[in-house]
Amino acid sequence: MNYRIGIDVGGTHTDAVLLDSEYRVLSKTKSSTTQDVSTGIYEAMREVIAQAGVPREQITYAMLGTTHCTNAIVERKRLNEIAVIRIGAPATFAIKPLVGVPDDLREHLGKRVYIVRGGHEFDGREIVKLDEEELYRIAREIKGKVDSVAVASVFSPVSKEHEMRAGEILREVLGEETPISLSYEIGSVGLLERENATILNASIVTVAKTTAYGFMDALKAEGVHARVFFGQNDGTLMSIEYAIKYPILTIGCGPTNSIRGASYLSGLANALVVDVGGTTTDIGVLVNSFPRESSLAVEIGGARTNFRMPDLISIGLGGGTIVRIQENGQFTVGPDSVGYQLPQKGLAFGGDTLTATDVVIALEKVKLGDPQKVAHLDKELLENVYSRIVEMAEEAIDKMKTSAEPVPVILVGGGSILLPDVLKGASQIIRPENFGVANAIGAAIAQISGQIDRVFSLDETGREKTLETAKRMAIDEAIAAGAEPETIEIVEFEDIPLSYLGNATRIRVKAAGTLAAPVEV
Amino acid sequence: MRRIGKQEIEDIAIGAAVLGTGGGGDPYIGKLMALQAVEEYGPITLLSVDEVPDEALVVASGGMGAPTVLIEKIPSGHEVAQTFQALEKYMGKKVFATYPIEAGGINSMLPLALAAQLRLPVVDVDGMGRAFPELQMTTFYLDGISATPMVLADEKGNVTIMDTIDNSWTERIARSVTVQKGGSATCAIYPMFGKNLKESGIHSILQLEEKIGRAIRLAKETNVDPVQEVLKLTDGFELFRGKVVDVDRKTEGGWARGTAKIEGLLQYKGENLELRFQNEHLLARTKDRLLCVTPDLIAVLDSETGLPITTEGLRYGARAVVIGMPCHPKWRTEKGIETVGPRYFRYDADYIPVEQLVEKGSVVK
Repeated sequence: MNYRIGIDVGGTHTDAVLLDSEYRVLSKTKSSTTQDVSTGIYEAMREVIAQAGVPREQITYAMLGTTHCTNAIVERKRLNEIAVIRIGAPATFAIKPLVGVPDDLREHLGKRVYIVRGGHEFDGREIVKLDEEELYRIAREIKGKVDSVAVASVFSPVSKEHEMRAGEILREVLGEETPISLSYEIGSVGLLERENATILNASIVTVAKTTAYGFMDALKAEGVHARVFFGQNDGTLMSIEYAIKYPILTIGCGPTNSIRGASYLSGLANALVVDVGGTTTDIGVLVNSFPRESSLAVEIGGARTNFRMPDLISIGLGGGTIVRIQENGQFTVGPDSVGYQLPQKGLAFGGDTLTATDVVIALEKVKLGDPQKVAHLDKELLENVYSRIVEMAEEAIDKMKTSAEPVPVILVGGGSILLPDVLKGASQIIRPENFGVANAIGAAIAQISGQIDRVFSLDETGREKTLETAKRMAIDEAIAAGAEPETIEIVEFEDIPLSYLGNATRIRVKAAGTLAAPVEV
Repeated sequence: MRRIGKQEIEDIAIGAAVLGTGGGGDPYIGKLMALQAVEEYGPITLLSVDEVPDEALVVASGGMGAPTVLIEKIPSGHEVAQTFQALEKYMGKKVFATYPIEAGGINSMLPLALAAQLRLPVVDVDGMGRAFPELQMTTFYLDGISATPMVLADEKGNVTIMDTIDNSWTERIARSVTVQKGGSATCAIYPMFGKNLKESGIHSILQLEEKIGRAIRLAKETNVDPVQEVLKLTDGFELFRGKVVDVDRKTEGGWARGTAKIEGLLQYKGENLELRFQNEHLLARTKDRLLCVTPDLIAVLDSETGLPITTEGLRYGARAVVIGMPCHPKWRTEKGIETVGPRYFRYDADYIPVEQLVEKGSVVK
């Protein structure tokens, strides 16, 4: 038997599950996210292993979804010393790197900013030759002063040539150990947004590395020698090596894990997923078993970025949301919350703050805490508060729908006990088993993917054959990354003809499949 | 004369997006260029059109080409100085001031960046009062003013001067030059004298943009409905409120043409609005009623924030208020309708002023 551990570190809770090879939940735990995060991960892991009581050597995979990197950016803490190199002169001087991002972030990350000659036109021609001498000069100048480097070249989604060459030069001078983030690996067309994403990526490589190594050390300390993977924003897994290089691609994995977990637990491929936590409710859309991606620029820590992120609405409603009632009977719901301190601060738990959870306890909608402690509250007024809570969720659900047709709604997350069994706009409400740890399950069952993104000439083999070749290449990548060949499916496909480049087209394909069971020895 | 700095630029950018009626490219890039220029060179001088001497040479500055290229290959910032120098040499006269050719999108912001950099004043005037996709679609053209001599420059230093027989040739030649230059170029266009600018331009447009932008920004703080504020400032009408339920978009002949369906909410429940666009929002109708049509302005605003939604930004689920604003009277002439009316954009409808349509259909003011 092979077992796997899934861990999801959220802002409030660290959830962990241990599954068998049929994806049955053998054990689960939910604990508070600790200040240092690692302790919480370690505790949760130890707990699920002890509970399940399976042989440690048979735990072969461990998947981690983490908010470490997001927090580092939002809090402007533990960010790396970086250099930013833009390849695009003589173009692009009219907006220098980091113009338009919040001042405090610019102070942190904008100390060493360079614009060198190079880059490409939209049709793949060079704007000018890459200034290799200048790159060598910059590399020598920053050597020993930076932890990592961000490189973005004009139209690198069309031609990655100059970024790759810059990467080589930087590695030659700075050595292998200085991480170089190349923008073509991260974002799409839109220089400033892609560059911002690359800069943020470069700024969190150490946080990512510490987290990854901490996780692996913790596993080892428990006597588990599993292959480790990180959840990424599109709902699939990435290897630890890749996660350390491109940590920005992990920062939306919390919600995607929940969405994937909800899909698995409910058996649905298309639905809305409402994930109610302690502080917020995130609503995402499940399309063909994967989270729908945002098509707009997404702000991270106040900076506009354009990399792959799940399309989400987040509202200030959760189990710990504070309800304030005034003397005249008027009330407000949130937006602030007691968060993870609900078990101490909630009225029904002996605290002094009226929360959304206390409201449902007082109205006898759930059995939790001590109902006597909230029995004195005015029931009629609480019904009004409850209506407002439900309405908030319904409005958000409606905003995420793609048509007026009712859709199935899957409720997950610990706070989902707040919501009733009937919601406007929902064709049915599904509360899957283990809903409280859907995110950890989503991490554990995530698939491994392979993708390619390159420009093909259609002249030689024709369109049909070229598309087949591209798909085959993505499938091979997925197999190489560890996917079981029979389970691989093409989950994403994009084909963009490039004008003025002859009969050329840019093809992006992503294939994903389940992780192959390790060969028994 | 007044000086404008960062806050004014932020406000003008929002107002420009409203008057951009969903098109004209995202003013974001232009705004960042203007902000950087002000940071480097200090505040910009804004002149009212009456402050321009009749015989002074004024010239519009802007960008030409594909927005997709512009968001990737950002200008060097030096192109525009080159276009002005080339124009001065060709015409044998110093440029007195610059102005925006259109009030929408990115071209409303580029002259501000340029003005800061070259320490030239900007004149509070434009040639559209909104955004339109082709360069002959200006009130200057209606008065027979030529778009040329026009200068196009790229970031590499290539400068092209064009003197054409009419404005449709300007459009054709400029497009192909732009493609050769990498799909995006900076231009100096519609050079004219102060006298022409006073007669043919649309006055005080930057001031209006700034007011609109400020009203939307402050609405939240002062707890007023941003949409109502915009309507007051533009003599506009609320046409519809609802949720975007379908967007159908195609690229045809270089234009992003399409249709969006908005399902009515509140008092519009049960009705569906159909919105037609080609870069800009150009026609709004329900099954039974025509609500607003080009050259009158149609803007789609986010119903919560009042911020404008571009044609590219239209998406499922967006809560929107559709508003109609009367265009400048210059567009309501026969030649105006011929140049930018619904038939020019191949829509099967005649132009009827928005206020008449509203009256007929008892739309809520």
